[in-house]
Amino acid sequence: MAEELQEVLAPYPVERRYLLRILQGVQQKMGYISEEALEGVASHLKISPAEVYGVATFYNQFRFIPYGKHHIVACLGTACHAMGGQLILDAFERELDIKAGGITPDHGWSLDRVGCIGCCTKAPVVVINDVIHAKMSPFKVEEVLAGLGLEMRKEKEEEEAGEGESQ
Amino acid sequence: MKGNLNDLQKQAQEKWEELEESSFTIRIGTPTCGRAAGSLDTLQAFQERIKKEGVEAHIIEVGCMGLCFAEPLVIIHNPDSGLPPILYGFITHEKVLRLVEGFILGDDPCLELALGTVEFKEDGTPYIPEMPRFEIEERLVLRNCGYIDPLDIGQYLARGGYLTLQKALKMTPEGIIREVEQARLRGRGGAGFDTARKWKACYQMERGPKYLICNADEGDPGAFMDRVVLESDPHSVIEGMVIAAHALGASQGFIYTRAEYPLVIERLKIALSQAREIGVIGEDILGSGVNFDIELVEGAGAFACGEETAMIASIEGRRGMPRPRPPHPTEYGLNGEPTVVDNVKTFALVTRILQQGGEWFSQIGSPNSTGTAVFALAGRVEQIGLVEVPMGTTLKEVIFEVGGGITNGRTFKAVQIGGPAGGCLPESALDLPVDYDSLKEVGAIMGSGGMVVLDENNCMVETARFFVDFLARECCGKCTMGRLGVKQMLLILEDFVKGEGTEEDLDMLEGLAHDVREGCLCNLGGSAANPVLTTLRYFRDEYEAHVTGKRCPALVCKELITYYILPEKCEKGCDHCVLTCPTEAIATDEKTRKKKILQDKCVKCGTCIDVCPPEYDAVIKVSPPDRVKELEGEAGG
Ligand SMILES: Cc1cc2nc3c(=O)[nH]c(=O)nc-3n(C[C@H](O)[C@H](O)[C@H](O)COP(=O)(O)O)c2cc1C
Ligand code: FES
Repeated sequence: MAEELQEVLAPYPVERRYLLRILQGVQQKMGYISEEALEGVASHLKISPAEVYGVATFYNQFRFIPYGKHHIVACLGTACHAMGGQLILDAFERELDIKAGGITPDHGWSLDRVGCIGCCTKAPVVVINDVIHAKMSPFKVEEVLAGLGLEMRKEKEEEEAGEGESQ
Repeated sequence: MKGNLNDLQKQAQEKWEELEESSFTIRIGTPTCGRAAGSLDTLQAFQERIKKEGVEAHIIEVGCMGLCFAEPLVIIHNPDSGLPPILYGFITHEKVLRLVEGFILGDDPCLELALGTVEFKEDGTPYIPEMPRFEIEERLVLRNCGYIDPLDIGQYLARGGYLTLQKALKMTPEGIIREVEQARLRGRGGAGFDTARKWKACYQMERGPKYLICNADEGDPGAFMDRVVLESDPHSVIEGMVIAAHALGASQGFIYTRAEYPLVIERLKIALSQAREIGVIGEDILGSGVNFDIELVEGAGAFACGEETAMIASIEGRRGMPRPRPPHPTEYGLNGEPTVVDNVKTFALVTRILQQGGEWFSQIGSPNSTGTAVFALAGRVEQIGLVEVPMGTTLKEVIFEVGGGITNGRTFKAVQIGGPAGGCLPESALDLPVDYDSLKEVGAIMGSGGMVVLDENNCMVETARFFVDFLARECCGKCTMGRLGVKQMLLILEDFVKGEGTEEDLDMLEGLAHDVREGCLCNLGGSAANPVLTTLRYFRDEYEAHVTGKRCPALVCKELITYYILPEKCEKGCDHCVLTCPTEAIATDEKTRKKKILQDKCVKCGTCIDVCPPEYDAVIKVSPPDRVKELEGEAGG
C-alpha cells in the first residue's frame, strides 16, 4: 500500500496544483481513495488532510470504497432518463440488493450512477466493467447479470479444477 | 519528421489519392457510440474475413458520421465496380460475411443493406444524396467526421489540414481577430458570447504568460457533440487552438476533458503527439517563431467544472467552484494570468473561418447568429445522432426532416434543449428558428447543443424533477440560493411525482424558481429555474393532473400508476411475463390460464410490458392506481 502510494506520488513535485492528478493516480492504481492514501497525499503536498478530503469529495469521480469484482455504472443522463434509465437502475438495485454507490458484502458487485457518458443515442445505457451495454431494458438487466453470474461460477469451477490439476 | 509542411502535405495527398482512387477501402466507424452498437465486433469480423480470403483491402477505423441510429456503419469503396463509395447501416458482425461475399469477392453491392452512396461537395465534404437530411445539413464542424482516420494526421493533412494554420501564422494577431470579428462568430459553449470581443480583451492585456483553454468538459447530460468531434477529427480543434494562440499571444494551452470520455482522452493523446511530431505545436511552430504547446487535463466528474472559472480552479488542483465575474478570465484567469476559455466547436469553426474567410462565414445562418449549429439529437426520435444545420433552421426541420420524426409513430410532446440549464419546449415552439436569440425569448437557451426529444410517454413533471435533481447534486454549495433554494424546489417536485403535492406547493414552486434565478451566484444554480418555469408554462395541465387528480397522464410516475393485464388480450398459453417477473408477482388463473398481477408484490419494473409479445400487447399501465380496481370489477363482472 505505502509502496504503491509512493509510486503514484514520486513523479509529482510538491505543488498544490497537482492534487487532482495525484488523486486520479491514486484512484487508478488502487481503485479507491483510502484514508491512508488520503493522508499520504496530504503530507506529500504539505497540506492538511481536510483540504485533500474537501477536494476529493467535490468530484464525483473519486470513490472512498473499493470497486466490486464487477463494477456497474448506470447512466441517468437526460437521454437515458427519458428512455427509462431509472427503471434500469431500479432493476440493478433490486437484483443486487444494494443502492447506487454501494458494494455487495462479498465485494462481488458495486453499483454507481453517472450523469451521461456521451452515448446517448444508445439510451438507456449501462457500463459494466468498462464495456457499454446499449438499449437496456429491465429484462436485459437480469440477462446480463445472469450472464456474469454464470461466468463467475464458471471461473470458480475452472479455478477449482485448476487447483485440482496442480496438486 | 519536423520540417516542411508543404512536403508532408504533398506526400499525404499522394497517399490519399491512391487510397481514394485505386484502393479497396472499408471504413468502419468505431467511436464510443459505434462501439456500443458492436462496431468492434464488425471490425474484427472484417479483419478476419479479409485475411482469410487473402483480399488486398485497407480497413480504416473512422469516427462518427452522426448517423448513430444506423450504427455500426461501414463505407465500402470498390474501385473496380465503378461505383462511388457505398454507406451501409446496421452492419453487425453477422452481416459481414454477406458484404464480403457480395461486394468484396463478388460484384453485388448488397444494396439491401445500403443507406446510400457517398458523394463529395466542392469543398470535399462528404454527403449522402439519397438521404434527404443532407439537403438541410451544412457540415462545417463535422466536415471530416466519419470519413477520415482520426489517428492518422496524414489524412487530416491530405484534406488541407494545417494549411490554414500556416496561413494564419503569417497574419498579424489583429488580422486574425478581425477575420473572426467579421465572421461574427459566437462561442459554441452555450452562452453565445462574441468570440472576437473576448479575444481582443485578452490580446490587449499587457501581462503574461497568457493561457488558452479548450473547454471539452461537455457536462450537459444528453449531449455528445464535443465527444464526437474530438473522437472523429481532433486535429480540426487543435489547429483552431494554435491559430487562437497566435492571435492572443498565448504560450500554453490546455484541453480540459471529462474522465467519462476515455476514448476522447486516448485519441487526443495520440493526436497531440502527432501534432508535436510534425511541428504544428511545440516550439517555433512551422518556423514562425511562435511557441505554443497543449496539455491534456482530465476532469474528475463535476458538472460545475464546465463553467470557465470553475474549470480554471480545477486545473489549479482546487475544488471546481465558480467565482463571481468580473474580473473575467481574460484579465485574471489561470494562475491569475490572462486566459481565454473556448468550446471545442468554437475552435473547429475558427479553423474554417480562417480558411474560407470571415465574410464567407457571416453569410451562413442568420444575421445575429452566424454559421452553423451542431445538435446532438437523442430521445424518442427516429434518426438519433449528430446534426449540423445553418443557424436559423427551425426546430421542426431539425426534428422531423433531419431527425425523421418521432419513433413508432408516436406523438411529439416536447423537446428539451440546452442541457439542464435549458428548457422544455412544446409543439407550438416547433416553428422557431434555432438561434441564440429566438430560443432565449421562449425561455430556453441554445446551450451547447443537446436536444432530447420527448413524446407522449414522457412525464413533464418527472422531467422537471430529473433536471432539478441533477442540478441539486451538482451544485457546488457556495451560494445559499443554489444550496437551499434548488433543494427546496426538488423537495416540492418529489412530492408532486408521488401525488403528495398541493395547489399551494404549485405557487410556491413558481415563486421559488424566480428567486433561484435571481439569487444564485453562477448560472448553474440560476438555470435550475429554467426546466421548472418552462414546464410550468407549457405543461401546467400535467402538474395539475399530478396535484389535484393524483394522476400521471404519461403513466410514468411509479407511485401514481399500476400495471394491469387485459384479460381479453392475454393469450393463455404464453407464460412470458410469469417467467420473467423478478418478484413473482404474476399469477395464472387455474381455469383460464390467463394472467393477473398481484399488486402487493409488483415493483412496477416494467418487465412484463417489455416481454409481452407485441401481437398480444396485453399489459397496460393505468393512473390513478385505483383505476385498476374498476377494471378488475368490469372484467370479473
Ligand atoms: C454550469 C455551467 C456549465 C458549463 N458547461 C460547459 C461545457 O460543458 N462546455 C462548454 O464549452 N461550456 C460550458 N459552459 C460555458 C463556459 O463557462 C464558457 O462560457 C464557455 O466555455 C466559453 O466558450 P465559448 O465562448 O466558446 O462558448 C458552462 C457554463 C456553466 C455556467
Ligand atoms: S444520457 Fe446516458 S449516455 Fe448520455
